[in-house]
Amino acid sequence: MMTRAGRRRRWMAVLAVAAVLTAAGCGGSDGDSGGSGGGSAGDSTGVTATSVKIGAHYPLTGPAAPGYSKIGPAAKAFYDYVNDNGGVNGRKIDFVYKDDAYNPANTVQVTRQLVLQDKIFAMVGGLGTPTHTKVVDFLNQSKVPDLFVASGCLCWDEPDKHPYTFGWQSDYYREGKILGKYVADTFAGKKIAYFFQNDDFGQDGVRGLDQFIPKDQVVSRQNYQPGNTDIGPQLTAIAQAKADVVVSFSIPAYSALLKLGTLKLGISPQLVISNVGSDPVTLSGLLEAFAKQGGSSVKGSQLIEGNISDAYLPAYLGPDAATNSWVALFKKVHDKYLPDTVFDGNTEYGMAQAYTFVQVLQKAGKDLTRESLLKALEGGGLTGPTLTPFGYSADSHGGVTGVQVVKIVKGVPVPQGEAATTDAATAPITPYTGTLATAPANGIPTS
Amino acid sequence: MTHVQESTKTSVPESTGTGVRGSTLLRHLAVGVVAVVVVLLLSTVLDPYRNLQLTNVAYLVCAAAGLSVLTGLSGQISLGQGALMAVGAYVTALLLQDGGWPLPLVLIIAVVVTALVGVLVGAAAARLRGPYLAGATLAFAIGLPALADYRGLASTLGGQNGLVVLSPAPPEWLAEVSFDRWQLGISTIAAAITLVLLGNLVHSRFGRCWRAVRDDEVAAQLAGLPVARLQIVAFVVSAACAGLGGALLAFVNGLAAPGAFPLTLSLQLLAAVVLGGLGTLPGAVYGSFLLVFLPTWSASLATRLDLSRDIYANLPLAVYGAVLVLVMLAFPSGVQGGISRLIRRIR
Repeated sequence: MMTRAGRRRRWMAVLAVAAVLTAAGCGGSDGDSGGSGGGSAGDSTGVTATSVKIGAHYPLTGPAAPGYSKIGPAAKAFYDYVNDNGGVNGRKIDFVYKDDAYNPANTVQVTRQLVLQDKIFAMVGGLGTPTHTKVVDFLNQSKVPDLFVASGCLCWDEPDKHPYTFGWQSDYYREGKILGKYVADTFAGKKIAYFFQNDDFGQDGVRGLDQFIPKDQVVSRQNYQPGNTDIGPQLTAIAQAKADVVVSFSIPAYSALLKLGTLKLGISPQLVISNVGSDPVTLSGLLEAFAKQGGSSVKGSQLIEGNISDAYLPAYLGPDAATNSWVALFKKVHDKYLPDTVFDGNTEYGMAQAYTFVQVLQKAGKDLTRESLLKALEGGGLTGPTLTPFGYSADSHGGVTGVQVVKIVKGVPVPQGEAATTDAATAPITPYTGTLATAPANGIPTS
Repeated sequence: MTHVQESTKTSVPESTGTGVRGSTLLRHLAVGVVAVVVVLLLSTVLDPYRNLQLTNVAYLVCAAAGLSVLTGLSGQISLGQGALMAVGAYVTALLLQDGGWPLPLVLIIAVVVTALVGVLVGAAAARLRGPYLAGATLAFAIGLPALADYRGLASTLGGQNGLVVLSPAPPEWLAEVSFDRWQLGISTIAAAITLVLLGNLVHSRFGRCWRAVRDDEVAAQLAGLPVARLQIVAFVVSAACAGLGGALLAFVNGLAAPGAFPLTLSLQLLAAVVLGGLGTLPGAVYGSFLLVFLPTWSASLATRLDLSRDIYANLPLAVYGAVLVLVMLAFPSGVQGGISRLIRRIR
């Protein structure tokens, strides 16, 4: 039986062990802190004379991993290419990305790790609407530049609320408007059904669609939650409504489930899939993989035939791809740094984003601080591989201002008309007739 | 019999003295205050990420302490502690959404609501024993967070995306305290209060009755103890602790989502409690420390060794499992049991 003295000793032992564990935990930290590189009065966390550290969160595992898990390695490959060619203003880009499995709870944890432990200079390309919305307040409170969120939510274009956050791709609302106008013009009088992810991603897209598709044409609105792969009830509802066209704002896994579901039910509506869920290579691979799991075998390229979608980057398949300078550059980088993977839309996306970041880094100059980075970006004037221009300014943190509708013919996306731009409100859709930029000779942007 | 020795080891000596030495409550209060002061002083020298990790430890201690009492003292194995944390977290998220509620009141309401849920769970659980109880609480752990996705509730509870919690900022008289230190302070005080109150409960009549029911239910019944009522009270106490832990989790992470309360959370809490020392409160502290710091250490080890991505992703889990096995082999009563034995040998 323990005496009072022994009891007290036990509590002292508890405190001592706690203190030892904490101290040991301090010792076990990663060690290298950012230090400051520039001598000016700006915030240069994560910057040294020879390196700049940036971070991102991607779904490397989980329901959104098919396709999106390739974006991080692709961006890293482009940064490695730039580093091997001397870096930017003498600094090499150190890109650290972590897995959040498309689970917002994990995104909160890894973002705090990146900001507080890895001490990144900026977050570049954090992926996901439901995931990134949970960390945007933290990043802005911590005054960490949050560039080029890999999502088209309108929530990144709020300079008053979130001055450090910038979008990059065309937002879902604009995309919905342009797709909606195409569907309303091409399928006048037909029955339309919506299938969308139940968060800002899907809801922004549907709001855009509703601007142009007459309400009485929409016979069914079905949504899904990522993580729950049983979309049987939604498909049954769409089949019962006898929809001729299904417009889908879904991630690739759910686009594949949608297609396979319609096959199972024996219906064949025209599928219109928004950009993030429609990449030909990703989708055909997923279709074959899911079908194999279910015990049948299909040819993925046949199943995506006729899909309508939209694009804001040049096509990497088909005859146009051979002559496009950007595709040639990205394929060159891919062949050197990622030889064991297949080049697809996600690779192109990751590298195009990386290119834009390198451009901004160049513009920010040798005296690199968080403030100079934001000023460089808000100054606008960036040209890159996108089919329509960026809209960056002090009042606008959105990215690409429009998309081009495409249709998959023989596995290749074929443009249906001109690229078009619009705004994130009620402006009409105007075709974009400007000239497209060409890639610099060695792939490194000139400031 | 080792079992009897275990019980007597933690039983109460006669309180013959007066003042701090004599009163259990004052003694525990003193230790609690000292611990809080030590942690607050530490927070000034540690960097924000360490403070965040200590905050994680603090709210896990709340939940783990409750589980340690429930499973170790009262003998009811519960795999549903994570689900009860989810209740506390969602209540906190809903209350903080409107703003204007003072934080202590929000935490108390979260605790009360979770305790009420604990009454329901306890009433069902009082009829079950052993693996059947484990299975029922397992179903609870999987089913409850999914309720946020339910058609009728998805709009209020935010569905799979969860609710964003607007963490209240520190009051004006603490304005120079950084946000992470403020969160650490709140969580540590809450954990200290939980440990002090549980410590007293454990050394009170309730603790003795629980141990009696755990050791021999029939004998306890013959001695006149209301077994079912005691078991429900144990569940309520553990649920209240879990509610506080979950409320702090929502407050610290700024998010209440089903993804934050997977089954692995409940299993990890149980493993942490067993690792630390089942039935003891210091054991809950050790277990929470290991739960938070072990993955971090093994991840930084993996980075330093520059391992391939596959090994890097699985190393923390493998190390955690290895530590669990080793500790169980060396110290079957957990870390706390090992420490007690060492202290006795030194004395």
